[in-house]
Amino acid sequence: MNRYPVWKYAILVIALLVGVLYTLPNLFGEAPAVQVSAGKSSVKVDLTTQARVEEALKAAGIAADAITFDGNSIKARFASTDVQLKAKDAIQKSLIPDVADPSYVVALNLLSRSPAWLSAMGAAPMYLGLDLRGGVHFMLQVDMQAALTKKAESLAGDLRSALREKNVRHGGISRNGQAIELRVRDSQTLEAAKAVLADQFADLQYVDAPDGTEYKLTATIKPVSARLVQEQAVKQNMVTLHNRINELGVAEPVIQQQGPDRIVVQLPGVQDTAKAKDILGRTATLEMRLVDDSAEARAAESDTGPVPFGMERFKERNGQSVIVKKQVIITGENLTDAQPGFDSQNQQPKVDLTVDAKGGRIMRDTSRENLKKRMAILLFEKGKGEVLTAPVIQGELGNRFQISGSMTVTEANDLALLLRAGSLAAPMEIIEERTIGPSLGAENIAKGFNSVTWGFLVIVAFMCVYYMMFGLFSGIALGVNLLLLVAVLSMLQATLTLPGMAAMALALGMAIDSNVLINERVREELRNGASPQAAINAGYDRAWGTILDSNVTTLIAGVALLIFGSGPVRGFAVVHCIGILTSMFSAVFFSRGLVNFWYGRQKKLKGVSIGTVWRPDAGSAVTKVE
Amino acid sequence: MEFFKIRKDIPFMRHALVLNVVSLVTFLLAVFFLFSRGLHLSVEFTGGTVMEVGYSQAADVGKIRGVISGLGYTDVQVQNFGTSRDVMIRLPAKKGVNSAQQSEAALAALKQADPDAVLRRSEFVGPQVGEELAVDGLKALGMVVVGIMIYLAIRFEWKFAVAAIIANLHDVIIILGFFAFFQWEFSLPVLAAVLAVLGYSVNESVVIFDRIRENFRRFRKMNTVEIIDNAITSTISRTIITHGSTQIMVLSMLLFGGPTLYYFALALTIGICFGIYSSVFVGAAIAMWLGIKREDLIKGGVSKANDPNDPNAGATV
Repeated sequence: MNRYPVWKYAILVIALLVGVLYTLPNLFGEAPAVQVSAGKSSVKVDLTTQARVEEALKAAGIAADAITFDGNSIKARFASTDVQLKAKDAIQKSLIPDVADPSYVVALNLLSRSPAWLSAMGAAPMYLGLDLRGGVHFMLQVDMQAALTKKAESLAGDLRSALREKNVRHGGISRNGQAIELRVRDSQTLEAAKAVLADQFADLQYVDAPDGTEYKLTATIKPVSARLVQEQAVKQNMVTLHNRINELGVAEPVIQQQGPDRIVVQLPGVQDTAKAKDILGRTATLEMRLVDDSAEARAAESDTGPVPFGMERFKERNGQSVIVKKQVIITGENLTDAQPGFDSQNQQPKVDLTVDAKGGRIMRDTSRENLKKRMAILLFEKGKGEVLTAPVIQGELGNRFQISGSMTVTEANDLALLLRAGSLAAPMEIIEERTIGPSLGAENIAKGFNSVTWGFLVIVAFMCVYYMMFGLFSGIALGVNLLLLVAVLSMLQATLTLPGMAAMALALGMAIDSNVLINERVREELRNGASPQAAINAGYDRAWGTILDSNVTTLIAGVALLIFGSGPVRGFAVVHCIGILTSMFSAVFFSRGLVNFWYGRQKKLKGVSIGTVWRPDAGSAVTKVE
Repeated sequence: MEFFKIRKDIPFMRHALVLNVVSLVTFLLAVFFLFSRGLHLSVEFTGGTVMEVGYSQAADVGKIRGVISGLGYTDVQVQNFGTSRDVMIRLPAKKGVNSAQQSEAALAALKQADPDAVLRRSEFVGPQVGEELAVDGLKALGMVVVGIMIYLAIRFEWKFAVAAIIANLHDVIIILGFFAFFQWEFSLPVLAAVLAVLGYSVNESVVIFDRIRENFRRFRKMNTVEIIDNAITSTISRTIITHGSTQIMVLSMLLFGGPTLYYFALALTIGICFGIYSSVFVGAAIAMWLGIKREDLIKGGVSKANDPNDPNAGATV
């Protein structure tokens, strides 16, 4: 009765193998590495960059252990910190000729030392939280009211020009909070205004009320549109934050949305909070200016003449110089949206731009006077301007216009993103901030590790003494539990924090519960005179119901923490929940497998080694040993 | 080895009344301290700034307090943290000031006073986050309580569900009472520990109830009190051993986990100790007062012929 079919043993062996494979990367430790990623939104890291990195290292005579490209960055691993620092200098010299204007971020990082075949399987070490590796954590709240107000403001402007276009005479448009108020004299005009609203402003809902002899029309942003505005505001702010953080040279920044209006930024390894905060809070600006096409400007473009008076020289992304006027047509403030799309006539990729009413008026005048001339769109980051694109004005422009021609789909997407990234969609406020020094992180790892190790050893020792062979089985099962827990955490790449390590220790302490329950039950069956095989069978069977009950109640608490917890509590809850699940597998299924393997084959089993089975009627201890 | 050589069932329920009064008094005391002293909530709940500053030599707490007070803070807490060289400074949230810059201003002042000061950790939490965390914590507690009750009511019976929840909430309140009495810092990890303990010590009640149900099936002659006594006696060894081994882990955290895990482990320790007590003496006793019967647990009912209270049971005519 105490035998497992072969398939059950097969499951155990496979689970163990997978567990060992995915736990392995954690044992190899980390090696110093240099990471190269894009330093500007307009620069892409690809295989050619990898070739440049390899060349630079070869030229400097530095041997890298491995160079990998993961889609966003190139990571090169080195044997020691000395080599790492030399390599960083070499790569920096070759990739960044102008230190004042770096196109790439070359950052020091740590990389798993695990062999390539393990990494190829997707096995990676657990992702350590900030409290274990040191760094800065920010939580930013996006001011959604401001985003909505901004939207209402731009819609009010749009409405004003739309009414003028349709010759609807109104008594004034004003923005009151997030509502737009429109006054009209008579019911005829009211109907005309309503028609314009219904026709052109899908984002607005409106109510009208008589106000004395006049009518007042109050338009508000529809809830659906408001949600859209908020989503876009958060997304745009995240893109902007991403671009700015690149500047800090952080190897693996985390930028995540949390809830509807919050953004979490984690910068591992960064200690200078002041600089980080300064960079997060800064605004990049977008400017549109006219390009000078005069003969002097042409000469200046090709570096054969001086830059004419009232002009400035900027570089395009491909390095081409462009001479533009100093006078700014409109800035990013007037730009409300930029979306990639396809031209309906020739199916070419394009970018649709929307500017507010004021911007639209200026664009109309400027474009009428400068037909067939080029207009440059400049992005200023860190006080340095760069020409994103300089298209030729093909006609009279208004509120909405498009940039098209000689673009790939990716280029159109990038351009739209860069245009939007020019400014934050809504102001943000830091509502939570945490800094953890690197030495504290290392100390925390050691503390968590010590807690788990010592607790584990003492429990196993106690189990072995108290339950003999069965105690040893329980101890091995507990070890397997730890192995599986680490493997699952590595697989999920869940963030391990100090509370997470505490949960790991607690999970082990609670997991042994199931084995004690089983062992006590087996003893009790033996005490009541059952044969050893029957006692093992009954012990496991009867304990199972209780184990399930107790684990379900613990899991309820774990899930509640997972749902409502944030930050440190969530780190605890994830490990807690996974620990309960792995403990059910190891404490019941795996330990039974061990017991079956050891005792199950013996048909005439005389006794099992489970420590003292004490009988009250005998009055003395009866020790059954095999 | 065997620690528990018990010849006869221990009459736990004989003292149920006295022990329940003791529980009630402890519980009321805990509630009293919770209201009179209140919890010493960490910065995560109240909002404000916490800084941990390391020095190369033993830090002069008084001097540091002076430096920080010089910045215009009235309610500043400065205390040693872990070792005499590490200091923890708590600054209250200041309205109108960009609070994210508090820590920098404070560190600059500290560095001026003693260039050795190194920022080890700083934490700033805005007041809106703190309020949210407190609300979420209560929601989590509510979900655990309701979830466990529903589960136990389905698995056993409502009387057990009520008994188990009262027994374990009693533990939770007592843990909180300890934190209020000693003014230990109540932080997010402590909250996690409290909820984990709630889920964990329900286990004990579950194990005992499980045994009570089994005993009702097996021993038809025993009355409810005897059945409960037998159930507790036969599970007491595993109750103490499992809690003991969990406590070994927690003790290891208490000793090696450092100051960050200290209160977390402390909350667990109190929870585990009271967990044993409450599931043995409180939970089962409440179930007894609520009047659990054989019929409640054995579905399909017991035939009249086997009712132990019927003097004519088993008689045939």
